[in-house]
Amino acid sequence: MNWKTFLALLARDARVARRNFVPLLLQTFLQPMMFVFIFGRVMVSSGFMPPAYKSLLLPGIMAITMAFTGVWAVAMPLIAEFQFTREIEDRLLAPINISWLAMEKVFFGTLQSLISGLAVIPAAWLLLRPGVELNIRSPLSFASVTLLVALFSACGGLALGCSVDQTHIGLMFSMVMTPMIFFGCAYYPWSALETFPILQRVVLVNPLVYASEGLRGTLVPQFPHLSMVAVLIGLIFFDTLLLGVGLRQFHRKAVS
Amino acid sequence: MLAGIRTSDLRKVYTSSPPLGSGGGFGIVSARGKRNKQRKPEIVALDGLSLEISPGEIFGLLGPNGAGKSTTVGILTTRVRPTNGQAWIGELNVWTQQVAVKQLIGVVAQRPNLDFSLSAREILLFHGAYFGIDSRKRAERADALLDRFKLRDRADQMVRGFSGGMMQRLSIARAMMHDPEVLFLDEPSAGLDPQTRLLLWEIIREYNHSGKTILLTTHNMEEADALCQRLAIIDHGRNIALGSPEELKASVPGGFLLRLRFGQYPPELLQRLQTLAGVREVRTNNVANSDNGVDVYADRGGPLVSEIASLASSASVELCDVHISEPSLENLFLHHTGRSLRE
Repeated sequence: MNWKTFLALLARDARVARRNFVPLLLQTFLQPMMFVFIFGRVMVSSGFMPPAYKSLLLPGIMAITMAFTGVWAVAMPLIAEFQFTREIEDRLLAPINISWLAMEKVFFGTLQSLISGLAVIPAAWLLLRPGVELNIRSPLSFASVTLLVALFSACGGLALGCSVDQTHIGLMFSMVMTPMIFFGCAYYPWSALETFPILQRVVLVNPLVYASEGLRGTLVPQFPHLSMVAVLIGLIFFDTLLLGVGLRQFHRKAVS
Repeated sequence: MLAGIRTSDLRKVYTSSPPLGSGGGFGIVSARGKRNKQRKPEIVALDGLSLEISPGEIFGLLGPNGAGKSTTVGILTTRVRPTNGQAWIGELNVWTQQVAVKQLIGVVAQRPNLDFSLSAREILLFHGAYFGIDSRKRAERADALLDRFKLRDRADQMVRGFSGGMMQRLSIARAMMHDPEVLFLDEPSAGLDPQTRLLLWEIIREYNHSGKTILLTTHNMEEADALCQRLAIIDHGRNIALGSPEELKASVPGGFLLRLRFGQYPPELLQRLQTLAGVREVRTNNVANSDNGVDVYADRGGPLVSEIASLASSASVELCDVHISEPSLENLFLHHTGRSLRE
């Protein structure tokens, strides 16, 4: 493992992210903030939603923001750089095992996802207040769930970014990301699916369920949520699976 | 550390589309027809290529598109997995010691693959950083290369807006940034204007003078002739001739090639051509838009034409076309493959 190279790769990604800071900011926060405003503020103030929905919604919004940020941060550059122009070639030729190049992307995506997740809490809180009751009983489990969610999003980005062609980006969002978000228990708790028993079982293959429920369990434990054990097992399982698939796909793309 | 290049019986069969850099034109061996889904088409890009390139040598791979040049470079630079065979840079096995090999090599791909999210200077600086060069040295070297490749005034612009030639120059500068022992240049002068090409040749020779090994691929005979100390001519993934440009040119019978085209001619004409003084070899040539083509390899060119013309008229055969080429690598390629490099 060549630390100098790894750090230089990180520095390169940081430079590019800094250059695109404003678009990145808008892309990350605009949609979740609008969602928070309409559902948490407009719908609640007008009486269509109960006030408690504000607190229920926040962890879900955090999960979606993190998932989206991580996937976007890793998948989009990879899709572009593995295309016709092969922009990634100079980094594939850097003196480091190419798995570490994929790991660097995951590391950077995780970092971005963490920042976005932690920034969305105060932002949403400001938009929603008053009436949001955050209740972090165990900072340690909050930290570990947040980290695992960030890792899941970056690993998912690696797996998607190395499996999807540029021509199918639109399809990736409509076929993968959108169903994942709607069936990810972000806007409602998993227990709300009790009246749809089959669907309630099927959505368990969706890693976002564990992310939303995990964050719900650590941020607003007063609402029903999956047990922490199930959340941790689910997240660790999907982190490992997506990382494994991502690395394999990365190698297949990188070496012909 | 001086490092040469060695390959032993390299073979590469693609079962999916070949890498972008390697152009097209491979022969598809099996499974034609789109409905046959069981067998993927197998494309043989390299078919047992063995090379030995000494440290400090400028070595050229000459061949038409799809001959396997880029695949060879791909394997030697860790970017393509060989189906069979081995490759070494110095003492290092390319496939099993990839990281150490990457330290030693600099690569210019056939198409510019610059990092479009960065400016020209940043591309050089980050490349240096990947190779662990400290920041002061990085900046110095980047400046020197930007000057040398005449890119100083565009150094801080994003490369997206660069012309093809500028991108190519920057790609070469980037490959030299970490001062590699072995430099791979895949079609380095494609798309360069004549002036820049000369600058590039000068830079390549200069780099070689500091003891570095250079492997370049080209289908431009002039370039191969001007730069390379030794050449391998490859076609269909096989090495068909190897030697210095002079040796190779001398290996063509006679050296001169007269490409003739007749109207209808009787077979005896070929035998009579063979008897002319200075004629070494006579071959029929029915490819390349000449139905009744005949290639005459001889040790003289122009003076032979009048004799051929009188021979043809005495046999009442119309001589439609004559083309004389002087000793060249093109003739050599034609002699070995029956095809022109440009076809």
